[in-house]
Amino acid sequence: MVMQRAHNRGVPFITLLAAFMLTALPMPEWVQWGWPEWVLVVFIYWVIALPHRFGLGWAFILGLLLDLLQGNHLGVNALAMVVVTFFTMLMYRRLRMYRSWQQAVVVFFLVAINQCITYWFQGIGSNASSGLWFLLPAPISGLLWLWLFVVLRGIRRAFKVT
Amino acid sequence: MFKGQSTVKKFITYGLICLSLIISDYQFDQMQRIRAWLSLAVTPVQWLVDVPQRSWTWLDERLQVRDELIAENKQLRAKTLLAERRVQKLAALTVENFRLRDLLNSSEQLDEKVTVSELVGINSDPFTHQVIINNGFNSGAFVGQPVLDATGVMGQIISTSAFTSRVLLITDADHAIPVQVNRNGLRTVAYGLGQYDYLELQDLSDTADIEVGDILVSSGLGLRFPKGYPVAQVIEVRHFTGQDFAKVWAKPTAQLDRSRHLLLIETPQQQNLAQQDGN
Repeated sequence: MVMQRAHNRGVPFITLLAAFMLTALPMPEWVQWGWPEWVLVVFIYWVIALPHRFGLGWAFILGLLLDLLQGNHLGVNALAMVVVTFFTMLMYRRLRMYRSWQQAVVVFFLVAINQCITYWFQGIGSNASSGLWFLLPAPISGLLWLWLFVVLRGIRRAFKVT
Repeated sequence: MFKGQSTVKKFITYGLICLSLIISDYQFDQMQRIRAWLSLAVTPVQWLVDVPQRSWTWLDERLQVRDELIAENKQLRAKTLLAERRVQKLAALTVENFRLRDLLNSSEQLDEKVTVSELVGINSDPFTHQVIINNGFNSGAFVGQPVLDATGVMGQIISTSAFTSRVLLITDADHAIPVQVNRNGLRTVAYGLGQYDYLELQDLSDTADIEVGDILVSSGLGLRFPKGYPVAQVIEVRHFTGQDFAKVWAKPTAQLDRSRHLLLIETPQQQNLAQQDGN
């Protein structure tokens, strides 16, 4: 019984590891521009599903790991993750009631906030610029949510993760 | 419940921690070392992602047909022979060069240490052109070390951890490399634009002697990149009436988005510089 519980507690971390790997996957340049924010979207799901387990602390740690993985300035992704998680935690009860397309719209805005924060903080003292293309992952992450939500809910129910 | 209250407090605390981290990362060089050790945490992810590529190479090597291998072997032998002939000539030229330098009392050193390294990851952020290689400070890589592939300069190492290093490519929007035109020695700086195919030369006067097809080699100024390695080839020169500067674009000779085997160069002066930086 104890073994069983310990095993299932690890399930969210396996999904997050998969998200990290998808983030680090080498892609052609044109795909990179629209590549969804896998870690953020998966984490948003777990915050909505298990808010007593996943909160700002984990957001901070995962954000730091993302910074290390992507070679950003330390703390940039961490800040973005913490801000987005805070908003998610404020409205997770409402989000659970929403239809999935309504959730997708919310995810769109959350990822857009994430993109603005990372783009702005990473962009200080840098020459890179791209117009508004840095926002492209937001709508794509929103669309991804429709599918990912079903998959992650399936995983959560199958393994009875609490 | 008091949960709402504590969430806001936590949010503010974590937010402030993040902001101070960002600021110290911009301000202090010591963060490099902290980052080097923290990076160990994500090294497994980088290796895991590279597994399909590596296992494909492995399978490919084992499943290759005998005839193909023999043919490839012949081809490589021919190539080696050609290369050896050039090396023979080079040996004579090197000796001659040493003698001439002796005559001029020049103290420049010519020998460089080369380490072969392999690509293990590409940065997924489209705003930065960085790759990850499988040499870390455990195998002698250091920040500022130049990286080449078989055809030209790729970039330089900007951070190291124990087993991997991060290489900033010359096409990154924040990178610039001092170069000179091989034909006439004209010195200038090649800036990255954030596009894999182009470098830009912004500092050439309208009357500068530069033509389409000119090869740009590293000039060795700035003490980062060793002198004389090919960097790019000029593909477009545009003059504007009434403007003081011409606009020149060049295409990197290195295969920035394809090369998997890279060379790390180490010159004695650089090793000294790196040690000074570390202290």
